[in-house]
Amino acid sequence: MIPSEKVGIVGYGGYVPRYRIKVEEIAAVWGDDPEAIKSGLMIEEKSVPSETEDSATIAVEAARNALARAGIDPSEIGAVYVGSESPPYAVKPTATIVAEAIGATPEMTAADYEFACKAGTAAIQTCSGLVASGMIDYGLAIGADTAQGAPGDPLEYTAAAGGAAYIVGRENLVAELEGTYSYTTDTPDFWRREGQPYPRHGGRFTGAPAYFKHIVNAVRGLMEELDLSPEDFDYAVFHQPNGKFPRKVAKMLGFEPDQVEPSIVVDKVGNTYSGSSLLGFHAVLDVAEPGDRILLVSYGSGAGSDAFSFVVTDRIEEVRDAAPRLEEYIEDKVYVTYGEYAKMKKKLKF
Amino acid sequence: MSGHLKRDVAVVGVGMTRFGELWDMSFDELFIEAGLEALEDAGLSGDEIEAIYVGNMSAGRFIDQEHVASLIADRSGMTPVPCTRVEAACASGGLAFRHAVLAVASGLFDVVIAGGVEKMTDVTTEEATSILATASDQEWEAFHGVTFPALYAMMARRHMHEYGTDREELALPPVKNHRNATKNPKAQFRFEITVEQVIESPPIADPLRLLDCSPVSDGAAAVVVCPLDMAKELTDTPVVVKASAQASDAIALHDRETLTGLPATVEASRKAYKAAGIGPEDVDVAEVHDCFSIAEIMAVEDLGFVEKGEAGEAYREGMFEIDGEVAVNPSGGLKAKGHPVGASGVAQVVEIVEQLRGEAGKRQVDGAEIGLTHNVGGSGGTVVVHVFERAD
Amino acid sequence: MSVPRFWRSIENRYRLVGTVCKNCGEKFFPPRVVCPNCRRSGEMEEYEFSGRGEVYSYSVVRVPPEGFEDKAPYVVGIVKLEEGPLVTGMIVDCEPSEVEIGMPVEATFRRVSEEGEDGVIYYSLEFRPVRR
Repeated sequence: MIPSEKVGIVGYGGYVPRYRIKVEEIAAVWGDDPEAIKSGLMIEEKSVPSETEDSATIAVEAARNALARAGIDPSEIGAVYVGSESPPYAVKPTATIVAEAIGATPEMTAADYEFACKAGTAAIQTCSGLVASGMIDYGLAIGADTAQGAPGDPLEYTAAAGGAAYIVGRENLVAELEGTYSYTTDTPDFWRREGQPYPRHGGRFTGAPAYFKHIVNAVRGLMEELDLSPEDFDYAVFHQPNGKFPRKVAKMLGFEPDQVEPSIVVDKVGNTYSGSSLLGFHAVLDVAEPGDRILLVSYGSGAGSDAFSFVVTDRIEEVRDAAPRLEEYIEDKVYVTYGEYAKMKKKLKF
Repeated sequence: MSGHLKRDVAVVGVGMTRFGELWDMSFDELFIEAGLEALEDAGLSGDEIEAIYVGNMSAGRFIDQEHVASLIADRSGMTPVPCTRVEAACASGGLAFRHAVLAVASGLFDVVIAGGVEKMTDVTTEEATSILATASDQEWEAFHGVTFPALYAMMARRHMHEYGTDREELALPPVKNHRNATKNPKAQFRFEITVEQVIESPPIADPLRLLDCSPVSDGAAAVVVCPLDMAKELTDTPVVVKASAQASDAIALHDRETLTGLPATVEASRKAYKAAGIGPEDVDVAEVHDCFSIAEIMAVEDLGFVEKGEAGEAYREGMFEIDGEVAVNPSGGLKAKGHPVGASGVAQVVEIVEQLRGEAGKRQVDGAEIGLTHNVGGSGGTVVVHVFERAD
Repeated sequence: MSVPRFWRSIENRYRLVGTVCKNCGEKFFPPRVVCPNCRRSGEMEEYEFSGRGEVYSYSVVRVPPEGFEDKAPYVVGIVKLEEGPLVTGMIVDCEPSEVEIGMPVEATFRRVSEEGEDGVIYYSLEFRPVRR
């Protein structure tokens, strides 16, 4: 999918809650070996949302940061799409809460997206189409989650909270979209039924037939369409459910570690689901230089992968410091105990 | 010309129930008991009553009952006498008394009964706390999880910050009031407490602790008022209302001019002193609104008994004891006597009248001639002040 | 709080939109219809506050009201906005012991409470310490 008109990112922003829980803290409760977990998942700690936070509040913070970098009047935003698998309401959009909170209403369209961890990138694709076609001037795409892992399940070590927002436009870009390519099938590797508090997953089935197959096909499809190879990219950002998968798929595709490492945030933040690849992208945009080409690849269970190629412009250096860098959110942290974590994540019934 | 009552009004009868967790008594039974006691004290049968004013904050939430004016007139066998329910949160009782006074002063009625009643224990403590919070700004204070104790706690924090009032000084009003209440057979709590016990009691909203806070209570109080001329025929000890004053202020704490006092208390008390032709130094005994320890600290300052910021020191010196310069809350106050919200303002009148008559028993303030009641609604949105004097 | 009541104040709560009296210049949050200074000569229009201010007073709520059980203990405060008005709100993202009078704070969009398990969720700008 190559846009017929110039389109790209005008502003970007992210947010990670302050609180963290260490692998050791969770492992002690369930009698797991923390060193085995840490080396197996390549993760040290994950973010925890406080009692007054949820995916909507995270989305708003990220959106405000993106607006600060975009430097536009919020009323110019023509569309808001929020992707999440932990929206505050099962029915009632988060996108309208965000739109109202940033002052984008009422002359705009909005909707919420669900496609597991790739809902945020699906929103970027939609906004890109609406902008490139001239139907809107700016679109706001957000991926944000306060993911839930069942107590005692391996996912509890990685299910984290965070989000990122991208404002898509056609002028004053910080990164121009060269093209996007998606690979989508119906693959039930990870799901959550209506009314259930925690998701189910297929264990090892979530690897080769799911994460790896879809990402590899999406990237190969993108590179073929754009006639590019791994060496043409300065950075490669992959969905990060843990520290192992993105590094493994990068190697499979022929990328070098130094193209991938700058995007890895999962070790300190955990898997922020719809925010995961988008926060990796944010980390890279915080350090990328004008002219750098960035590969962004998401993966959403169910299943699908969206791959994008962006080229960074000169403007990035002007707006980078208009909002906090992701590193600032990662480093501003307070550790909590498992008991505090359970209270904050509402695992206790009142 | 405004600013004067057309004729002098006196209190000729007083009555009240015990305050406390009165499980066996219903809303009706509470005000009937208080009303009968007041009538007997006045030596009246009840046929003489021409109007009833009753203070009640929230029967609608506590017992799902509105239209309590009709209920009270009905259950006390007083229909078709006109009955009016008055509401100003915790100042409902004081305000009901004020309206009874105004009604008699106007000449429209001669004999009027003013009462207050609240039945708070038919709901859980959590529900009672939520109901009390309706006295604050629901949209802009309670919405954010601010409780009633939290509002007064923020005033305490600011008072400590601006004047150096410390945690021990804050504990002195509750300690004094508990000691006074051991002498009050109608009080909810009749045991002494220490400063250490206050400071170490369970935290409610920092810096306030459980023993800084008045309790949830059931109770009712009632008084009979009539013109002074008539009063002199009914009783040897009429107590005249020298002044009645009221002031309003912003409902929300954040909209006030200050957090370290209640401007409505200053306004109402100044008007009352002027009407009565006295100054704060002339007051011998006062019943003030100590819903929280800090409220009494601020009250004695706002009423002019001491300069702003100096209450802490004055409490250390015993200025407000029963044998002090001005006895404050000899009944035990809201803290120890209890605080059935709508009844408190009227119960304050009951105490002052008994003090001025010389009938306060072990709590008697020697030589009490001028008394004052101070009743506050919410965190200070309404204040009602009355000044009383022995009429003989 | 009923749905229509909350809805009417969404703009005020989500973006700290209050009012300013064009006649005397005083700014108000929460918004006012009548200027207390000018009364009928007043002319109110919308004013969006920056969200920056400092703590004027605070308390730690340890016995919460209904709807806040899962948050206790939490800090509530009265914040002096840089434009002048005092507003009430929660002070989040810090330990109760960190809060002091004069502490600089900024507004942050937070989930305050809900109308039970199946009711509307109340969002509002609350305050957090300025850290960057």
